[in-house]
This record gives sequence, C-alpha cells and structure tokens, in this order.
Amino acid sequence: MGILAKKKKRAGAEIPTSSMADIAFLLLIFFLVTTTIDVDTGIGMTLPPEPDETTPPPPVADRNMLKILINAQGQVLLEDLPSSVGQIRNEVLAHVQNNGADPRYSDSPGKAVVSIKTDRLTPYNLYIQTMDEVWMAYFEIWDTEARSMGFASYVEYRADLEDPNENEIRDKWPAQVSLAEPDPGN
Amino acid sequence: MAHFTKKSKAKPEISTASLPDIIFMLLIFFMVTTVLREQEVQVRTILPQAEALTKIEQKRYVSYVWMGPEKLRGNAVGDTKVQIDDAIIEDLVNIRSIMYRKLTEQPRLIVSLRVDEESEMGIVTDVHGELRKAGTLRISYSSRRDISNM
Repeated sequence: MGILAKKKKRAGAEIPTSSMADIAFLLLIFFLVTTTIDVDTGIGMTLPPEPDETTPPPPVADRNMLKILINAQGQVLLEDLPSSVGQIRNEVLAHVQNNGADPRYSDSPGKAVVSIKTDRLTPYNLYIQTMDEVWMAYFEIWDTEARSMGFASYVEYRADLEDPNENEIRDKWPAQVSLAEPDPGN
Repeated sequence: MAHFTKKSKAKPEISTASLPDIIFMLLIFFMVTTVLREQEVQVRTILPQAEALTKIEQKRYVSYVWMGPEKLRGNAVGDTKVQIDDAIIEDLVNIRSIMYRKLTEQPRLIVSLRVDEESEMGIVTDVHGELRKAGTLRISYSSRRDISNM
C-alpha cells in the first residue's frame, strides 16, 4: 500500500507552461525589431551573354536598330542626330510600333532593337534616365496592349498570369535593349 | 427559469490558454520574413531616381553590388569603389569568381546594382563585363521612385 501512494505523487510532476507566452513574446519582439520589410525596387534588365568568339552576333538591319549614344558631356545622340533625354521615349515608341511604315524605323516590333552606347565618363545618372525613358516607352506599349485585352494595366495582366514565361504581351512586344561596348574614354 | 439565472451569475472569463499559440504564430511569421544579415555599406550610394521600376519581391534571390565613392572618416568620400557582401573589391576581376559561386548556390540570382548617382559609366561597364563572364545576367539597377512625379 505504501509503495502505491508514492507512485501517485510522482505522476503529478508537471512543467509550468504559464511562462511560455512570455518567452514567445520576447522572441516575437526580437524578430519584430530586426525585420525589414522594405522591398528593393529597380530597373530590371537582362545582360547579353558573354560573346562567343566563334559565333558572331546576329546581324541587325540598320533600320531595326535605334541607336542612342550618350557622351561624356551628357549629350544625347539619337540615330546620329543631336537630341535630348526627353525625346527618347517618343522615339522608342515610334520605332517599336512602326511595323514597317516609316523606312527610318523598324520592320516589326519583334525585330526592333534599342541600342544604348555610353562613354566611360558618361554620368551614371544620365544613363539611368535614358534606361528609364526606354523602359517607360515599353511599359506604355504593354499597358496599351493589356488594356485592349481587358486588364487595367500591364502589372495587373502579369499578376494574373499563371506561368510568367507565357507572357503574350512580352512575346508580341519584346523589349530588346542592347548595351553596346563603350568607347575607351580619353 | 431558476437554472438560467444561476448560470448567468457565473464569472465570465476570457480563456488565455490559446495565447501562446497565437504568439507563436506571429513569431513564426516574423522569423520566416526576417533577413538577419544586414551588411555594413562602406561606400556612399545615393540611388538615382527612376519611374520604370519593378519590385524584387524575392529577397532571397538578390545579391547586392554597391558602387560609389568610399566613405572616409567624417563626411569625406574617396575614390569610387565596388563592394560585394562585406568587402571592398579592389581588383574587379575577382567579381567573376564571387558571382559565379553565388550563381551556383542560387541559380535564379538577381544582381542588384546599387550605384551612386554621381558615378561614371566606366566602372559600371567594367562590372557588367565581369557579370557577363560569370553568367549572372539578371540584373537590376536599384533606383528610388521619383517623388516629384507622383
């Protein structure tokens, strides 16, 4: 009888769980403080792959290439004509949406290439402005296309896609921005 | 009727038994979203402003490359340097091996270039060349939203 009573006492031992919430709170506050939920934003690009010495780059007809040149002084040359950053967007729009109408611009959207060439001394700020204008032109085209398909904007269309690789708008209007090798600075 | 009045007299109390579970849930959320390692940036990077921005939601894919004038003592700045992770890269050729290693660890790597707006294109072009040799072709020119246009 005495042995049985002893056993009962031992079974009653329990770990106190009342402080569990406090411990969890402490950890929670630590992670709350250290978390940063800021999202990095930027102009996305895909660099061309490293050129292969045996295979030359595919030839691009002169009319399909929109040449943008920015020199060290920050002057813009659009298709060999002096211009400004503000004019780039309209020029890109005209170039990509030409569809062979104007002989100075591209044959078709799929063939249109925008080439950006800089000098080693070109200010980075100006390069970003140029990039921005070129990409805004493409965004404008994509937005128009998305609206014709019944979406509010291109962003909404892309959010609606199941497979991001099956992007009809981008297949129709591919953004082909090429970075030309810069001239060695003086 | 007597039964009902008796029951309502009982002291109402909110059960706190599920409190730890709620807190744990929150805890796990913040643990998952936290990126612990914050690097100390040794170069000045005032980002340029742009409009055509895209968000990089997957922070785990991103690797940063900082470019800008090196921060010196006080408010002075030195020559333009490139920083990856915690170290300033003196010889740009090293970027190739660093980025190649990162790419093998994370095949969907996006390189975010955080370049000071007063830099010149020369160093950016050099880094482009190294990234192309490493095969890390997805890049992003980190920029701020232009506040004046909003």
